Amino acid sequence: MTHRGSRVLHVGSLSRVEGEGALSLHVHDGTVTDARLEIYEPPRFFEAFLRGRSYTEPPDITARVCGICPVAYQMSACAAIEDACGVSVDPVIRDLRRLLYCGEWIESQVLHIYLLHAPDFLGRTSAIDLARTHRAEVERGLRLKKVGNSLMEVIGGRAVHPVNVRLGGFHRVPTRAELRPLHEELKQALDDAWETVRWVAGFEFPDARVEADLLALAEPDTYAIEGGTPTVLRTDGSTASFPVREFTEHVTETHVEHSTALHSRLDGRLHLTGSLARFAIGGAKLSPVALEAAVAAGLGDPREGAVCRNPFRSILVRAVESVYAVSEALRIIDAYEQPARPYTEVPPVAGVGHGATEAPRGMLYHRYELDADGIVTDALMVPPTAQNQGAIEDDLRRLAQHAIGEHDPDDDELTALCERAIRNHDPCISCSTHFLDLTVVRTSGPTTGGCDA
Amino acid sequence: MADVKTRPRLAVFKLASCDGCQLTLLDCEDELLALAGEVDISHFLEASSAVAPGPYDLSLVEGSITTAADAERIQAIRAASRHLVTIGACATAGGIQALRNFADVDEFRRTVYAHPEYISTLATSTPVSAHVDVDFELRGCPIDRRQLIEVITAFLAGRKPDVPDHSVCFECKRRGTVCVTVAHGTPCLGPVTHAGCGALCPAYHRGCFGCFGPSGSVNLPALIPLLRRDGLDEDAVGRFLHTFNTAAFDEELGK
Repeated sequence: MTHRGSRVLHVGSLSRVEGEGALSLHVHDGTVTDARLEIYEPPRFFEAFLRGRSYTEPPDITARVCGICPVAYQMSACAAIEDACGVSVDPVIRDLRRLLYCGEWIESQVLHIYLLHAPDFLGRTSAIDLARTHRAEVERGLRLKKVGNSLMEVIGGRAVHPVNVRLGGFHRVPTRAELRPLHEELKQALDDAWETVRWVAGFEFPDARVEADLLALAEPDTYAIEGGTPTVLRTDGSTASFPVREFTEHVTETHVEHSTALHSRLDGRLHLTGSLARFAIGGAKLSPVALEAAVAAGLGDPREGAVCRNPFRSILVRAVESVYAVSEALRIIDAYEQPARPYTEVPPVAGVGHGATEAPRGMLYHRYELDADGIVTDALMVPPTAQNQGAIEDDLRRLAQHAIGEHDPDDDELTALCERAIRNHDPCISCSTHFLDLTVVRTSGPTTGGCDA
Repeated sequence: MADVKTRPRLAVFKLASCDGCQLTLLDCEDELLALAGEVDISHFLEASSAVAPGPYDLSLVEGSITTAADAERIQAIRAASRHLVTIGACATAGGIQALRNFADVDEFRRTVYAHPEYISTLATSTPVSAHVDVDFELRGCPIDRRQLIEVITAFLAGRKPDVPDHSVCFECKRRGTVCVTVAHGTPCLGPVTHAGCGALCPAYHRGCFGCFGPSGSVNLPALIPLLRRDGLDEDAVGRFLHTFNTAAFDEELGK
């Protein structure tokens, strides 16, 4: 049977992604005419109900946008509101925030590497399925992931929706003695993270190339996590940067004709944010051990301009970033002295504030407008997956076209490839405050079953 | 490891939510592989692309009902499930998105989306129990990992989960945490909030903000004057009670 020609593929419920989405691919006479990552995550209207809330509330409220990256929401919210109020936090508080964020990076990146992404490379349906033959590896992944959660539990109170973050800092800061057990766990984690790099470096990677501008925060002296300057590496190799407050002048959302999805553009062009972008833009600022891991992973030395544009190889970059987050957490804990005050007072000021931080999946921008009493009068959040959707679909289209041109796979194989193309980018569909495509009918697809039909 | 054919079948479903409660299952790093040996994880999209149709012995449902499609879907989930347990504040009380229940949803739609005509949504966010019978409701925004393990274990063993409905105050006493209201005049919802988190916030020097919703015996007329005494004005008291379990606390206010 020949497959070339016209067909429509639809996967009604994507698996091993965060949140709920679907994909559709239209092929006409051997040409991919439409490739879509469809979002049917119901709207929750965060930006609407933030209006009228106190300026102290967004760190707790916006955490609930995403259970996978609540710290990212808390950090971007704090950054934006502190910007509006003209407050800078103490360096030790900034370090503690970074430490909490390292916990989220470890947890989230390792979740993706082991539970969501690795099964694709080994032909398995899940990490549980994988554990039947690779028990030691899966146990290592769970152990490493748990260290990320331990960091969040000690500093934030709990791993999902931490309770300890507030404007200006924390409700309570840890003692040195409280951090000591983490130090031991992290030392073991550094070995596990290294083993992870070696393990994923042995996977087979199909050829692919993301043709989108790469956008990440950059810091002069470190790998950007909890702040920095938005910096873009264009496909032609040129770079540019702009202040966070100009984010919405550069990153705009357009409604594409014949599509119900909002597509984000950076200065009118497709862009991608997340691990590949961070590594390309800030890779040279990684710690020595993470740089060593990058070379061992086969990514090359970012100090010599190594850039990875193959989305399948993003698992390598996530592994390197896991090594980095563990090493960074160790560095912060080693240098930590308990500050005299857990937070800086943040009195309300009428005005507008902007904040951007690096969620595990990429840059997360928040903007708040406050009145003189500290009541939020306007709020805006631009999550990474909303920015990446256009580049993900572009990737999907190109990979599918390439496969059809090369060996004309059957529907099952093409569907599996399309799902992999999406998982490569670790989309977080729960962060869907900006997705528009909510009118999609759930259609039975190859992975659909049970009550999703 | 139990025989595959006789293992109870577990399913996890997601409605309108943040993913955090089902992530809590994957956060059981020490128990996950052991659990996978005891049950057949038949439907858990976030974790596996192997999806099997019902019936399921135990279905865990995260998220609230906010669309007509999900209102239909929960009926199908119920029909396919021997036991249905809601996990978290969204599925149990409508979640923070139930703030729409007290507002004009059309205005919300216009505020967030440039093309509101594409957004199909109900005017309310409602708990699963408003639509179908529920066998157990596990509270929390997010749920507590230990309580989740307890609930799964209890249903697999055919017993009632040991999840007491007393207030956070009990947990503070048990933990030996000094009362933040008595000692520091910090506004705290602990006296009216369902236990389960382990009294985290007071241990971190902040007042409880009600993630687990109302406890078994709520006395808001006694608590509200304390909140006012400790510096919250009427609007702030209203906001304090209207966050992650907004509909459930609002119901208590109406009593």
